[in-house]
Amino acid sequence: MKKTVLIWLAIGLVSFVLLPWHMTEDGLYDATWMTDGVAATGLFSILAGQWWLAPAGLAILAAIVIQLAIDEPVKRARLTLGTAVAGLAFIALQGLIIVRAGPRIFETLFVSEAVMAGQPGMGAGAGICALALLFAATISLSQSDKGQGDAFVVSTIGLIVALVAIFVFFPVIHILVRAFEVDGGYSLTEFFPRFFSSDIWDLSCLISNRSCGVGINSLFLAVMTGAGTTLLGLSFALIFTRTDFRAKKLLRVLTVLPIITPPFVIGLALILLFGRTGTITEYFADLLGWEATRWLYGFWGIYFAQLLSFTPIAFLVLIGVVQGVSPSMEEASQTLDANRWQTFRFVSLPLMRPGLANAFLLGFIESLADFGNPLVLGSGYSVLSTDIYFAIVGAVADPAKAAILAIALLTLTLTAFMAQRMWLGKKSYATITGKADSGQNASLNPILKWACYCTALPWAAFTLVVYSMIIFGSFVKLWGINHGFTFDHYIRAFGIDFSTGRFSGVAWDSYFTTLTISSIAAPLTALVGLSTAYLLVRQKFWGKDAFEFSTMLSFAIPGTVIGVSYIMAFNFPPIELTGTSIILIIVFVFRNMPVGVRGGIAAMSQLDKSLDEASITLGANSFTTVRRVILPLMGPAVLAALTYSFVRAITSVSAVIFLVSAKHNMATSFIVGRVENGEFGLAIAYSAALIITMLAAILLLQLLVGVRRLRRSDRVQQIAKTA
Amino acid sequence: MTKKTGSVRFESVVKKYGEVTALKKLDLSIDPGKLVTLLGPSGCGKTTTLRLIAGLEMATEGKIYIGGEDVTHLTATYRKVSMVFQSYALFPHMTVRENVAYGLTVKSAPKAEAAQKADEGLELVGLAGFGDRLPSELSGGQQQRVAVARAIVLEPEVLLLDEPLSNLDAKLRRHVREEIRQIQQSLGLTAVYVTHDQEEAMAVSDDIIVMNNAEIAQIGTPNDLYEAPSSAFIADFIGDANLVPCDVDALDGAIARARVNGQKLSVPSNGIRKGAAQMVLRPQALTLQKPDQPGLEGQISYAAYLGKEMQYTVETLVGSLFVIGPVQAQPFLRGDSVSVGIIEDQARLVSA
Ligand SMILES: Nc1ncnc2c1ncn2[C@@H]1O[C@H](COP(=O)(O)OP(=O)(O)O)[C@@H](O)[C@H]1O
Ligand SMILES: [Mg+2]
Repeated sequence: MKKTVLIWLAIGLVSFVLLPWHMTEDGLYDATWMTDGVAATGLFSILAGQWWLAPAGLAILAAIVIQLAIDEPVKRARLTLGTAVAGLAFIALQGLIIVRAGPRIFETLFVSEAVMAGQPGMGAGAGICALALLFAATISLSQSDKGQGDAFVVSTIGLIVALVAIFVFFPVIHILVRAFEVDGGYSLTEFFPRFFSSDIWDLSCLISNRSCGVGINSLFLAVMTGAGTTLLGLSFALIFTRTDFRAKKLLRVLTVLPIITPPFVIGLALILLFGRTGTITEYFADLLGWEATRWLYGFWGIYFAQLLSFTPIAFLVLIGVVQGVSPSMEEASQTLDANRWQTFRFVSLPLMRPGLANAFLLGFIESLADFGNPLVLGSGYSVLSTDIYFAIVGAVADPAKAAILAIALLTLTLTAFMAQRMWLGKKSYATITGKADSGQNASLNPILKWACYCTALPWAAFTLVVYSMIIFGSFVKLWGINHGFTFDHYIRAFGIDFSTGRFSGVAWDSYFTTLTISSIAAPLTALVGLSTAYLLVRQKFWGKDAFEFSTMLSFAIPGTVIGVSYIMAFNFPPIELTGTSIILIIVFVFRNMPVGVRGGIAAMSQLDKSLDEASITLGANSFTTVRRVILPLMGPAVLAALTYSFVRAITSVSAVIFLVSAKHNMATSFIVGRVENGEFGLAIAYSAALIITMLAAILLLQLLVGVRRLRRSDRVQQIAKTA
Repeated sequence: MTKKTGSVRFESVVKKYGEVTALKKLDLSIDPGKLVTLLGPSGCGKTTTLRLIAGLEMATEGKIYIGGEDVTHLTATYRKVSMVFQSYALFPHMTVRENVAYGLTVKSAPKAEAAQKADEGLELVGLAGFGDRLPSELSGGQQQRVAVARAIVLEPEVLLLDEPLSNLDAKLRRHVREEIRQIQQSLGLTAVYVTHDQEEAMAVSDDIIVMNNAEIAQIGTPNDLYEAPSSAFIADFIGDANLVPCDVDALDGAIARARVNGQKLSVPSNGIRKGAAQMVLRPQALTLQKPDQPGLEGQISYAAYLGKEMQYTVETLVGSLFVIGPVQAQPFLRGDSVSVGIIEDQARLVSA
């Protein structure tokens, strides 16, 4: 252990002396400084007068001296811990105080030349020094009790906590700071009138013709969407598990679609069907002489688009819940002479109640966070997520208003998230353990069955139509005006000029950027997500509940809020990332991490804990156990986490749209741009191409997972069975 | 394999899981080379005790010594203790040989040496030649023996077994427990064995630690526990026993004069004091006679023929008694009035 600490400290020292402390003009990972010979390394900067960098270097030196000089292990560990933490605190403080531009949080406390002159954002040198000090601290922490703690576990926890703090909490705090900002300072009293302003919470639509506040709009939409998706999801789930309906495979397909559909595509398809020049609108206009209206561009349009987008999620949740109702309970009820309706009403439904609440809250949060559909459909009905966007990019940029709206949205989603945690808490994982009861679920009584059919099946048909529109619309010259068949949109987007070998299509740039960034983000997401899951399922440590809460938190932070907070936090030193591709990768990792965590938790709960314990008692440490026992048995889960985060990175738009730059544009924001210009054909063709890309990725994964499952998990199951 | 074995000592060990106290101030000491069983009803803290020895749980209070060394704060990785899990916990993605060699390879032993030692281990448990199979290609009993081999190739100071036989069928159980006992004795290992089956405990142990309600109820050899139970709980838990209230009137050396329902008896005193007590009457310490004979009056409420013996339940004034009798040409039948005789030197006294 002493050796590991020393290695980390040495790495820290070397980077302090040799690597540029600050970000160079050309970016974080630029290598020209080596040839220049006068790199602004940490040491060099101190000599050049930036005395405030000295504590970091001194802390590393002091820690090395402590490691070498002190023999008594506990004392050594404690002193190193203290030194390393002090070093980290100094690095953070100087970064926050001495800032070149942007909000200077401590400006009012220290006014000095250095503070006003400022410094650029932190670079490779600062990053590696901080990392070295962090690991020196965590390893020492694991040694600082009387016995041998587990350095690997403590270090992983430390790293994840640090990352979540920097990339989730730090930006969100920036929004708060912005919301309290007034001209030349901060004011508590200004905040409340702003937050409770009638722009947000006005209820006058209930009593008059005026429209409600944007917060009330969002809330109303979310409640409706939550209720609607839960009802539809339940119908689908009941049909799927409790009837002999033939086309169950088809229903399954419907559950995959939203995962691979960029969020605004449904809205687009609805425009093609019901917009002013939509097929169905025109048909009825001709037939009945109705005037084509813009009804779609308001509440109902967004509502339908959200129902289409989020019902499959409710279905996925509820199918587990419905299956989780043990058949033996229903059989017991029937042997007690209850009929099928009574069994459903008094046994099955109450057992499903927590699951229904869960599905509702999920739909509620998804609706609040939805950005794509309101963006393309919402000109007549404003909601928080898009208003935040317009406050930033609109004609009059008003970051303070964006911050207030973001806090309003965050308040709503966090409340729902807390409610979900408090009522349903941990129950949700435990029920889906794949424990097979023998016995049969009661089939539905006929009335209920037909009620389900009548809600769900038209809906399924509608979904199919919507998706056909996406394919069909991409081959049509000008929707609603000229329905001639054409490849033009594809050629414009993905054309290749074979004479010069150039990719001449307009979409190629963003397409390649998207693929590259998603492929880098996916493994990182899987790594962070699965490590977190491992810690949560397999390790006991102080503060675990808070740890779990904070890692799940980014699920409840809408993409728009993340986007705003990232441009507010990372546009300035100490961490200056806007305009780089790194910020896109980071935003994907922390947006999608909860999905990786959930997947990892599910997979890990199916591995018998005694496997790890056997490995530990045989003398392996946690790292070896993870490497040799857990990872090989989690193969499928790892691959699933990989594709899922890959696909989510491709389809996400809300956070991305704030963070793209001319140099690093992403497919989704490119498409949204086309939609805003009215180039629907191109937008739809590009969306179709994205969907095909993701389908290919998923199929590839299924193939890989399929092969592995035959060999690995079968054995796991057999062992489990004999056990 | 060399002999390298350690003692285990707990000093006032307390284990709490949040509010739940799983162990209340446990003191125990296990000598090197002994097989000691932790026996008790479900939830009494046996597994917890075992996991504390393994280092899979950390004591809330108190100290733990293995081989004389204080290991209280050492985690499982660093304790020289191996464990056989109830579910075997064989790694399903490794062959039998890789499983057995695992503990050696994580300590970076050379591959060839590890494989050779693994094969020796497999031979010891009678599975030579099974090294290349996967665990799923073995029967339950064979998997069990792989788990034992995997634990003993590390030459642990202490071998821990948590209900190792509970997943085997009744016939195999007897066979495997004899094998485990034999391997333990031939290697001179210190072993701690958890079971809730008192017959299994009696069959394999040098000493038995009976636990109840997160505490040790009694420690002793199987014979001690059966012959001199320290409490009604032990008497009831170890073997079948009828517990009958009695009064101890006088003590006369090793003999106590006691009264059961007015009937005067002279029974071994078992360290009892004067006053109200309970008498432990094993089923074979009771005889059934015609109603005119001296004894406790009663009526048979249940009679069953079990081939080698008869089992009766007799309702008497001191409660219902479970009696085992010889198979007779003319057995007692349900409803018969009988007199229950007590064989005095087989009765035991415990405090009320
Ligand atoms: N991880 C745990 N968390 C909370 N309580 C536990 C845990 N493990 C065991 N217990 C409790 O401690 C007591 C003893 O458990 P255990 O040692 O497993 O009993 P057994 O004798 O059946 O092996 C039980 O009451 C059990 O509920
Ligand atoms: Mg147990």
